[in-house]
Amino acid sequence: MAIWLNKDSKVIVQGMTGATGMKHTKLMLGDGTNVVGGVNPRKAGTTVDFDGTEVPVYGTVKEAIEATGANVSVIFVPEKFTKDAVVEAIDAEIPLAVVITEGIAVHDSASFWAYAGKKGNKTRIIGPNCPGIITPGQSNVGIIPGDITKPGRIGLVSKSGTLTYQMMYELRDIGFSTAVGIGGDPIIGTTHIDALAAFEADPDTDLIVMIGEIGGDAEERAADFIAKNVTKPVVGYVAGFTAPEGKTMGHAGAIVSGSSGTAQAKKEALEAAGVKVGKTPTETAKLAREILSA
Amino acid sequence: MDLFEYQARDLFAKHDVPVLAGEVIDTPEAARAATERLGGKSVVKAQVKVGGRGKAGGVKLAATPDEAVARATDILGMDIKGHTVHKVMIAETAPEIIEEYYVSFLLDRANRTFLSIASVEGGMEIEEVAATRPEAVAKIAIDAIDGVDEAKAREIVEAAKFPAEVADKVVNVLITLWDTFIKEDALLVEVNPLAKVASGEVIALDGKVSLDDNAEFRHPDFEELHDKAAANPLEAAAKEKNLNYVKLDGEVGIIGNGAGLVMSTLDVVAYAGENHGNVKPANFLDIGGGASAQVMANGLEIILGDPDVKSVFVNVFGGITACDEVANGIVQALKLLEDRGENVTKPLVVRLDGNNAELGRQILTDANHPLVQRVDTMDGAADKAAELAHAAK
Repeated sequence: MAIWLNKDSKVIVQGMTGATGMKHTKLMLGDGTNVVGGVNPRKAGTTVDFDGTEVPVYGTVKEAIEATGANVSVIFVPEKFTKDAVVEAIDAEIPLAVVITEGIAVHDSASFWAYAGKKGNKTRIIGPNCPGIITPGQSNVGIIPGDITKPGRIGLVSKSGTLTYQMMYELRDIGFSTAVGIGGDPIIGTTHIDALAAFEADPDTDLIVMIGEIGGDAEERAADFIAKNVTKPVVGYVAGFTAPEGKTMGHAGAIVSGSSGTAQAKKEALEAAGVKVGKTPTETAKLAREILSA
Repeated sequence: MDLFEYQARDLFAKHDVPVLAGEVIDTPEAARAATERLGGKSVVKAQVKVGGRGKAGGVKLAATPDEAVARATDILGMDIKGHTVHKVMIAETAPEIIEEYYVSFLLDRANRTFLSIASVEGGMEIEEVAATRPEAVAKIAIDAIDGVDEAKAREIVEAAKFPAEVADKVVNVLITLWDTFIKEDALLVEVNPLAKVASGEVIALDGKVSLDDNAEFRHPDFEELHDKAAANPLEAAAKEKNLNYVKLDGEVGIIGNGAGLVMSTLDVVAYAGENHGNVKPANFLDIGGGASAQVMANGLEIILGDPDVKSVFVNVFGGITACDEVANGIVQALKLLEDRGENVTKPLVVRLDGNNAELGRQILTDANHPLVQRVDTMDGAADKAAELAHAAK
């Protein structure tokens, strides 16, 4: 079953004809993703050949949906134009928009998030600044390598791309129902809590791995949610114990401000909610393995 | 990016937030002309990005231009909580203050929107007011699209219980301050204190502004606001090369791909260091997904140029980029640095995992570089790098 993405998902790519869009559309197709179209107003009516697969280009998201029945859009457009691209996806009421683009101004993210709310939240937004979502063996939307692992019973939600890959790799023999990278920006669409709720409801997920990092209080709020609503075992990992105060560590949202947003506080909140938290990614994988084999 | 007070003042003035006159100088002698332009007296204010400068002696009144020079001489070069004063603002002396308020707009991460905070008890840290008298602090959510119009500004003024006689003036401050927040892509605009003075006017006497670095593409003027004097030279060199680098105070140089993995690498090295003389990570460096030979060379050059670094840990998970490309990148990067005449003498511990890891490891084995050691697990490699750094200390 998985969450949010499966073999029936029909995917369009906003920004498919750019260099990054081309590269990853090819990889997504190679992983079996049903990519049904691209969007670029200046190239509408043309098609792009990906190793023999002809993918049509539409002028707008709305036209692409009408022509193909697409229900997922993945956004690779440059940061200057990302807000408009997301707004277009929201206007077209596509059920899922996955925003890969990194470096979006926070005011733009705040604006499209507010816009989604005004339009009744008909579009689930994942990202921005995220690696995307993969349901192994079924569909892969974004830039997560498709061949790290196989289908299985672990659900994964993470702020970080490479830590997602690392964890999928450590547990590759067990496999994953769905892995979702929610992104490391200060304002993101889908949160840890959204993913935890979806994995809790997914009969194909037996255990949830949650990866967090310094900055904000999303992990603390997720811990509170877990204590009240999640019955499945959750294993956690938090990065950034050694990060100094006031310095942005790569991700725009990864910053300890004063005494708030520290890794220690997040770890303690998760442990208080009954989550086993690993000291390193390898130890975290070991905890997951122990629970599943118990 | 956090701004200095004078930069915040200039941005406020640009958007019609009422402020006092002031200009920034960096030599004591310049205080004379600046004070003369203000009518012969001034306040000399240290420009540091840290609170409590008044108590530290960083804000002084000057009754004459000569006195302003003397005060600027005292304050320039002063150390305030670890920050050296390189600049002072020569500001107009404030008229008699009747009351001090607080207003700000900021990003509210948890609610994914903006927030207004206002209080009639300004002049001290707002966290302090919120902790001791929470009822004196009004917090009003702002819709990112609707923004702050007059009605919203009045809602804030009423929620914070501003006195009726200043209400219209505070509404005006809020509208102009919101304008600053939106048009400058700010993460925070704060006025503290917002002062009611004897004439009845309401003036922003001190302020803090933090801008969104990701919005620089539509603000070419942000470039001038960067504090180049305070930047660590290694951080400045890394920025020149578009590398995501933060200098830390340990001995193990770190290179990795992906912000989360690099943060995790720092932690794992710090844990390993507990068994090896408490060595710690020397830096954060994320070379991103691509990790080409050129980027690897640039990264290695920065790390090897740090005299604190005793060993280097290259921690790469091959995702879209395959490990054989990364391994070739490392080998080529070392050759590139040696060809440039760089003195490459520090040991490198390399851990490659993920896509084509076997091929990548084989490339490193075949290259047989005397400084490169391969360890194939993250925890094991961190331990080796910490051990080598401790041995070289």
